[in-house]
Amino acid sequence: MPPLLQLDRVTIRFGGLTAVSEVSATVEPGELVGLIGPNGAGKTTVFNLITGVYAATAGDIRFDGQPIDGLKPYAITRRGIARTFQNIRLFPSLTVFDNVRVAFHLHLAHDAVHSLTRGPKFFEEEARLREQTRELLGIFQLERVQDEPARSLPYGDQRRLEIIRALATRPKLLLLDEPAAGMNPAEKVELMRLIQFIQEKFQLAILLVEHDMKVVMGVCRRIHVLEYGRKIAEGTPEAIRANPAVIAAYLGTEAATPRHA
Amino acid sequence: MLPRSQLWLLGALATAGAASAVSGRINPYFLDVALGVAINVILAVSLNLINGFTGQFSLGHAGFMAVGAYTAAMITTTLASRLGWPPVALRWGLFPVALLAGGLFAAVAGLAVGAPSLRLKGDYLAIVTLGFGEIIKVVLQNVKAVGAASGLYGIPSYTNLFWTLSGAAVTVYVVWGLLNSTFGRGFLAVADDEVAAEAMGLNTTRYKINAFVVGSFFAGIAGGLYAHLKGYISPTGFDFNKSIEIVVMVILGGMGRHVGVIVAAILLTVVQEPLRKLGDWRMILYALLLIGLMLARPQGLFSWSLRKPRTAAS
Ligand SMILES: Nc1ncnc2c1ncn2[C@@H]1O[C@H](COP(=O)(O)OP(=O)(O)OP(=O)(O)O)[C@@H](O)[C@H]1O
Ligand SMILES: [Mg+2]
Repeated sequence: MPPLLQLDRVTIRFGGLTAVSEVSATVEPGELVGLIGPNGAGKTTVFNLITGVYAATAGDIRFDGQPIDGLKPYAITRRGIARTFQNIRLFPSLTVFDNVRVAFHLHLAHDAVHSLTRGPKFFEEEARLREQTRELLGIFQLERVQDEPARSLPYGDQRRLEIIRALATRPKLLLLDEPAAGMNPAEKVELMRLIQFIQEKFQLAILLVEHDMKVVMGVCRRIHVLEYGRKIAEGTPEAIRANPAVIAAYLGTEAATPRHA
Repeated sequence: MLPRSQLWLLGALATAGAASAVSGRINPYFLDVALGVAINVILAVSLNLINGFTGQFSLGHAGFMAVGAYTAAMITTTLASRLGWPPVALRWGLFPVALLAGGLFAAVAGLAVGAPSLRLKGDYLAIVTLGFGEIIKVVLQNVKAVGAASGLYGIPSYTNLFWTLSGAAVTVYVVWGLLNSTFGRGFLAVADDEVAAEAMGLNTTRYKINAFVVGSFFAGIAGGLYAHLKGYISPTGFDFNKSIEIVVMVILGGMGRHVGVIVAAILLTVVQEPLRKLGDWRMILYALLLIGLMLARPQGLFSWSLRKPRTAAS
């Protein structure tokens, strides 16, 4: 069986800056993989390449054995890749409920015409979606705020809602960009537990970007490490922890300022 | 049993019929204002779908109105005498067909203008639609078949309370219905954050084009009603000022609010009557009104739930 996701020597340049340089990596079905690296290493850019926000300058990206580079973001989501954003991008004026509901879009039987004819089938589907939305919200106990506009949620809940919204697209692969950012250590542990729960429940592969090494090491069986757009290591948490290049990269950035700052 | 929204529509259509039946007893001046109000409700509600709910910025609504007005008027003026139908058959048979044709032509124009420009981000749409409005005007001013600069005369006055009120009711129903479904929430999602909407599998371009085509369709219907109300249309009646007038209604009503925009359309149409004497000064007053409003109530006149500023996180 081919890997679920396969990056093959993927490169992107922004003018003179090579943000991602010849990165090859794979994610297997159902696997929880970490993607780490210092600030500005290119982690978010890798996500943007996978989801079609950016087009690669060189290299190719395959999902389920099919090339996906050049597809529009919505078409890539249709293939089964969903994501969250490092700088939370909810639909701020929509309610918490509608944020999730709208993400069922790809699986809708009704369309514009049915919204106007409003027959029994339409209402049946809407009732079913309402049920499914509530179920998803329940994972993070967000039903209690379901009628609030998303922008009014506290920061941590906004991150949780973004994960739930991504799940509504029914992905095979979920890309999480620093989902625990801004959370305290206890919240982080709780979130990671839930991420593992979600992964098992929905049979998902997850690619997780997270700065906190301890957190990543705790949940991922395999980790890719980026530095200055290049992949410098890949392996189990133990191997990564012992890898001299990784140690140097992380020690190096503690002293130096990030490249793009 | 029909869903509530459709019962509402039926009720509205019945009311339109009843109002039309007694319209002979209404003071003609008042009736004229009422007809104008209903037409402006159609224009504002349909533009609200594009500019309010879907978050685009069209400045060409009057252009689509013109397409509908000229199409419908050409159909009735050429066919009315040739068909040899009794007036009743013309008003209730030919007229709705002409209106629909006007709406469809406007929708096609909307597709032609929207498909290329809605792919682009930012304010391209405003510029393109602005250009479209001007082009339509110049084209109409130069085509002899439609009366060129002097316009079209002798358009039969088929527009009555039934057609305008039903038109308004159907527009409201369609816009409300489109938005009130899981599918329809996509319009609002596109307005909120296009990148996130795409990431959730929404074809944002498709949504924007849908909104634009439906909005243009109803602008075309409004145009046909307007032509058969006034009996005379000329290219300058559908200029940039008219587009701005509709934009102001939408902004005043609180972009993307159903009731607010309807109320704004009614108020502004009624208020305009005494201001007609001011001629071109009216537009200056409009501009001042808009600036004042943006400063005082950026959320629109009729929205009491103030839109909170985004948190730093989003
Ligand atoms: N659209 C863009 N145009 C120009 N440069 C960009 C663009 N996007 C990213 N970059 C640059 O690419 C590099 C990698 O950025 P990226 O955001 O992927 O890093 P990251 O690993 O996600 O960092 P962080 O941990 O801070 O989130 C940075 O130098 C950044 O400035
Ligand atoms: Mg990042």
